Amino acid sequence: MFQVRFHGRGGQGVVTAAELLAVAAFNDGRHAQAFPSFGAERSGAPVASFCRISEREIRTRAPIDEPDALVIQDATLLHELGLFSGLRPQGYVVVNTAKTLEELGVAGIAKDLPANHVLSLRATEIAIAHLGRPLPNAVMLGGLAALTGVVSLAAVVAAIEERFSGAMRDGNVAAVIEAFNQTRVGPEALVAHQISQRRTVGASPD
Amino acid sequence: MAEQTIKFYQVGSFAVGNRLVDPQQRTVQSDRGRWNSLTSGHRACQGCGQALGARYVLDAAMAATDGQMIVVNATGCLVAFSTQFPESSWRVPWIHSVFGNAAAVGTGIAAALKTAGDTKTRVVVVAGDGGGVDIGFGCLSGMFERDDDCLFVCYDNEAYMNTGVQRSGATPAAARTATTEAVGREPGNAFGKGKSLPLLAVAHGIPYVATATVADLHDLEAKVGRAMDLRGARYLHVLVPCPLGWGTAPEDTIRIARLACETGLFPLFEAAYGEILQATPIRHLVPVEAYLRPQRRFAHLFGDPPRTEDISRIQGIADRNIRRFGLLGTDEDGEQR
Amino acid sequence: MLRQIEGSRAVAEAVALCRPRVVCAYPISPQTHIIEGVGTLVKSGRLKPCEFINVESEFAAISVLIGASATGARTYTATSSQGLLYMTEAVFNAAGLGLPIVMTVANRAVGAPVNSWNDHSDAMALRDAGWVQLFAETNQHAVDLHIQAFRLAEELSLPVMVCMDGFTLTHAVERVEIPTQEQVDRFLPPFEPRLLLDPADPVSIGGVVGPEAYAEVRYLAQARHLGALARIPELADDFGRLVGRQSGGLVSSYRCEDAETIVVALGSIVGTTKDVVDQMREEGTKIGVVHLTTFRPFPETALAEALEDAHRVVVIEKALAAGSRGILGADIDALVTNRGTRTFTVVAGLGGRAITERSLRRVFGEAIRGELGVVSFLDLDRDAVDRELARMAANLGTPPSVGRVFDDLRTPTARIV
Repeated sequence: MFQVRFHGRGGQGVVTAAELLAVAAFNDGRHAQAFPSFGAERSGAPVASFCRISEREIRTRAPIDEPDALVIQDATLLHELGLFSGLRPQGYVVVNTAKTLEELGVAGIAKDLPANHVLSLRATEIAIAHLGRPLPNAVMLGGLAALTGVVSLAAVVAAIEERFSGAMRDGNVAAVIEAFNQTRVGPEALVAHQISQRRTVGASPD
Repeated sequence: MAEQTIKFYQVGSFAVGNRLVDPQQRTVQSDRGRWNSLTSGHRACQGCGQALGARYVLDAAMAATDGQMIVVNATGCLVAFSTQFPESSWRVPWIHSVFGNAAAVGTGIAAALKTAGDTKTRVVVVAGDGGGVDIGFGCLSGMFERDDDCLFVCYDNEAYMNTGVQRSGATPAAARTATTEAVGREPGNAFGKGKSLPLLAVAHGIPYVATATVADLHDLEAKVGRAMDLRGARYLHVLVPCPLGWGTAPEDTIRIARLACETGLFPLFEAAYGEILQATPIRHLVPVEAYLRPQRRFAHLFGDPPRTEDISRIQGIADRNIRRFGLLGTDEDGEQR
Repeated sequence: MLRQIEGSRAVAEAVALCRPRVVCAYPISPQTHIIEGVGTLVKSGRLKPCEFINVESEFAAISVLIGASATGARTYTATSSQGLLYMTEAVFNAAGLGLPIVMTVANRAVGAPVNSWNDHSDAMALRDAGWVQLFAETNQHAVDLHIQAFRLAEELSLPVMVCMDGFTLTHAVERVEIPTQEQVDRFLPPFEPRLLLDPADPVSIGGVVGPEAYAEVRYLAQARHLGALARIPELADDFGRLVGRQSGGLVSSYRCEDAETIVVALGSIVGTTKDVVDQMREEGTKIGVVHLTTFRPFPETALAEALEDAHRVVVIEKALAAGSRGILGADIDALVTNRGTRTFTVVAGLGGRAITERSLRRVFGEAIRGELGVVSFLDLDRDAVDRELARMAANLGTPPSVGRVFDDLRTPTARIV
């Protein structure tokens, strides 16, 4: 089982991000469970959401205490108490930021994790470029997919297409592909490039 | 010789089956073949205004709907005296749920009929003043607001009679009830409280609102007929004296109801979509005392010494109604009386 | 069709497949997504003919359904917690009148203090209203139970409450198989009311029944309710043959064949418990879990059979009988005590407090070692409450201060999921 914990602030689409990831995993033919933390989420308050992905039926509903990956949509949360609590030794971290970890003052995290398990992704900037608005939640999934391989890019794209329509759909798809490309090199990146080419031409994806 | 329509008023007799009246103008009640929706054998008190009112209204509604009607009844005297297991006095489909939800149950029945494509069967909801003004008001207001296709009839005997005469939001000022006893510095129900459910109904802007009493059968039946001609939320408020709770003689029920109108305390009017359309003029204006004296629930006003200030205040209520509804029509100069 | 959707939406789809004709909506967290889902299906024309009525209160919601059901329409609504309690009078009335209304209760704690998160207080408060009460373990289970509920209700002429954990299930996005319209139509025939308001054949429904007959009427209603015990497994089998999956029934056991310790629970916590059971089994502990799908009528015989060989039973419950003990725990204790089986009631998850696998493992271990009290509270901040109790004892009669309790809690904000 692969467990992802998302952190953000109310109004940033943290719940949607977890749901999209679950749908993506489903698209890849796996079992997935997504659920939000149920605080009084007013805009701006710290919120968390969760997603489990597994080959088998997922039965537990306990909160994710030991995530395999953390997706941090808002860098201002980095110094929150317990944000990194439980992160597995081989865990991954994706942070939405244009800064480096040193600049953010959290270089220490990377030290304890395997090389290439921590990703700084300029998700907000990418979102603004493709969506015109600072909505990084879906974009982060591109980085997560590239970093961890837990879901395929095609599956993420399909999830986005199912959820959104019009400009939101097209913008998010383009943004996710760009985020994926920036993160990954190699055959998958080629696939990503092909997907993005097809989009530009207007043909339908796989 | 020119023909002339003459209106007859039978003073002192109150007969409903007037053989001098054109058959077309006779009341439903005067017809031997009337529905008797609420039939005999129930256990109401002698002289019960509500038993009378229920039969009057529902028979008229059955006539208007050709017998295609379902009745919802809120908890109260009417339920208690008409359906003591294993008997029922109801000859129409009838349901009682709980005290405060009759209007909502009516809404549900109307919805079910709609989805079944039944446009003929109509819904009439009946309640006492408790079930309309107080505990039933939330659901009633919802029914009004949604314009659900039901006629809601409130039989107003101005207190919770079934449970032993307790004060309701419709109890008039100074009236004695078991929870507003005729003791202390201000005996009876307080002044300055209470609500007018007819006016609240008007404020909801529904297609039809009317008030009536058991004293004027023609008027009551005509109003039921007009209500049943329409669709959407409609409201009828019927004054039904209760000999037990009001302390009146059983044979005086109709007379007392008539007095309520003739003092101005109970205005007869019709309204639609938030506007009052017409009010029935008072034929013989009487001072409120004539109405209050025969009722033991007001006996404490006529002690030694009499509570003239309270009587005066009650007269003030009547006078306000007269002005507000134009119950004395206009005089020769076109001025409201 | 296999979908990855939010539990609420899955239930909305399932309900729509059952073709209700009158649906009432009044909002309360966490059921609102369900009723919104049904509303959209009506408005878009996918569910018709259906009157979707926005009512002014939950009391109105159930009352409108009483009228509609008595007039021959299949009816549905959803509520939680305060809303369920607000309907109470009419909930009893519906059962007494024998109307086959189906209602989802998205289980939520009951105030005061106000709390919108999951526990079972609401359903428990109305366990004696005469409704059939079913509890869903997963969202798939919830979908399947709703479909079976309509048929059960109409066959028995009894209303059915389908309970699913608020937020934990309603707001979880997971895999569900939604049956086809054709499958549901085969399973659920059109509603044929036993009681009908019809001008062609007038009846009086809901009259007064005095001392001379009331007991008999109630006894017969009880008999009808108990009749569900036989019918529920049959319907589950029928349904299973239709969709190819076992879903429903009275109780279901997991790894109980040689279990010395059996955990009993209602709802989604069973899923978490199954994972813990697997972990403990790997270490050689003979432990299993029983899920009560049907709580009312109470499946005494099936439960007694399931718990037959257990040395001890640990009941996890998300509710409490105020002034008394556990609710499910007390019922089960009565069932097994004469065999010498010990029952431990563990009150957990009140007000939505997360139940972790770690805590369950710990408490199961304590039960096995005999270190657990007859009734205990999982993960209670004992220090905080003990301090407050001491304060109360010193200032006799001072009511507990919610504020002071919060001050004392070790973590600045309680973890909630």
